[in-house]
Amino acid sequence: MALSQTLYNTFFRSNATMLGLVFGTAFGGSLLFNGTSDRIWDSINQGRQWKDIKHKYVDAAEE
Amino acid sequence: MLARSCARATRSSGPIRSLLQKATSRASSTSASEPSKAGNVVGNILATSGATLVGVGAVAWYYNQYGPRALAMTPAEEGLHATAYPWEHEKLFKTFDHQALRRGFQVYQEVCAACHSLSRIPYRSLVGTIMTVDEAKTLAEENEYDSEPNDEGDIEKRPGKLADYLPDPYKNDEAARAANQGALPPDLSLIVKGRHGGCNYIFSLLTGYPEEPPPGAAVPEGLNFNPYFPGTGIAMARVLYDGLVEYEDGTPATSSQMAKDVVEFLNWAAEPEMDQRKRMGWEVMAIGSALMLLSVWVKRYKWVGIKTRKLVYNPPVGPRSRTPRGA
Ligand code: HEC
Repeated sequence: MALSQTLYNTFFRSNATMLGLVFGTAFGGSLLFNGTSDRIWDSINQGRQWKDIKHKYVDAAEE
Repeated sequence: MLARSCARATRSSGPIRSLLQKATSRASSTSASEPSKAGNVVGNILATSGATLVGVGAVAWYYNQYGPRALAMTPAEEGLHATAYPWEHEKLFKTFDHQALRRGFQVYQEVCAACHSLSRIPYRSLVGTIMTVDEAKTLAEENEYDSEPNDEGDIEKRPGKLADYLPDPYKNDEAARAANQGALPPDLSLIVKGRHGGCNYIFSLLTGYPEEPPPGAAVPEGLNFNPYFPGTGIAMARVLYDGLVEYEDGTPATSSQMAKDVVEFLNWAAEPEMDQRKRMGWEVMAIGSALMLLSVWVKRYKWVGIKTRKLVYNPPVGPRSRTPRGA
């Protein structure tokens, strides 16, 4: 009871706070999700993507 | 009713007629029964056996006519079924191997581009997948393209830009046919999608030329024998031989290595969006499963009251309820 009271008072009591929470979590959540999924994807495809082999050709051109 | 109309239709044939009439009279008890003769028994047997024979014969004839020979083409015309290879880039979570794409593009440029166009690929799409911007620009500048008409209306040549498409080897299809004994080398941009068997078929085709056609195989003049090509006679001769190209990354250029690389490259040409598609696909699956679990939970939450309720029937208490049952 105490917990739900605190939750209610801090987040849901005012509409502005709740909207802020919604947009804030959407922003942070998508950053987190995309970051994690990028990392998993790149580790599954280690060495296969262009960015993994790019350095060979970009550096070679500059030398 | 059916039996009667049949009987009317077959009035001329004695045994069948009496057989059917008997059946009719048995079916309708009101009609007058005809006295049966002993000789009809033999006739009945003959008629039934005859009908059976005709029936079996009709089925056999039909099967002979349409059953075993329903194939539209002979196996040679279908072409040999391509072996299924475990392509790494066809796996659910794997991208193209871009080093292989680079090698495959080299093979295309040095070998296939002599005959096959790749007209749907602009230089810009090679940037960031197969080569750097500078490399792509240098490559584009090696070819000349028509410019916009100048003030006199003449069209001059200009060096290629990133926005130009890879040049065709021939001026037009007629020229391509004329140079290849009448056979048109198809454009390779979408060939992986356009051939049954995709990568497996093209790999098998490129590596499937035997040293000599098998004895008895008819190979028309100007064609080459390849069991994987539908019809087995293909106008393209074997093109890949060990050591034909020299890979810049030092990979030994065996003919199967080159075939594998060029096939993967052609798969990229047909589906350049594949890497991105698979990546988004798996993100969609992840979010979709999370939402699925959430909705399952919400459903259970909403239903819990209905699922766990109990209905209790309390019979009314009154004087009559005391009377013993059945009294
Ligand atoms: C000497 C010219 C020549 C070269 C080089 C060449 N081809 Fe061909 N290719 C042809 C011709 C001609 C045909 C049409 C064959 C036919 O229709 O009988 C053809 C057909 C094909 C087909 C279509 C087969 C089908 O099922 O219709 C594929 C795929 C193919 N070539 C791939 C390649 C690849 C990959 C390379 C490079 C490794 C290559 N070719 C190099 C001339 C060539």
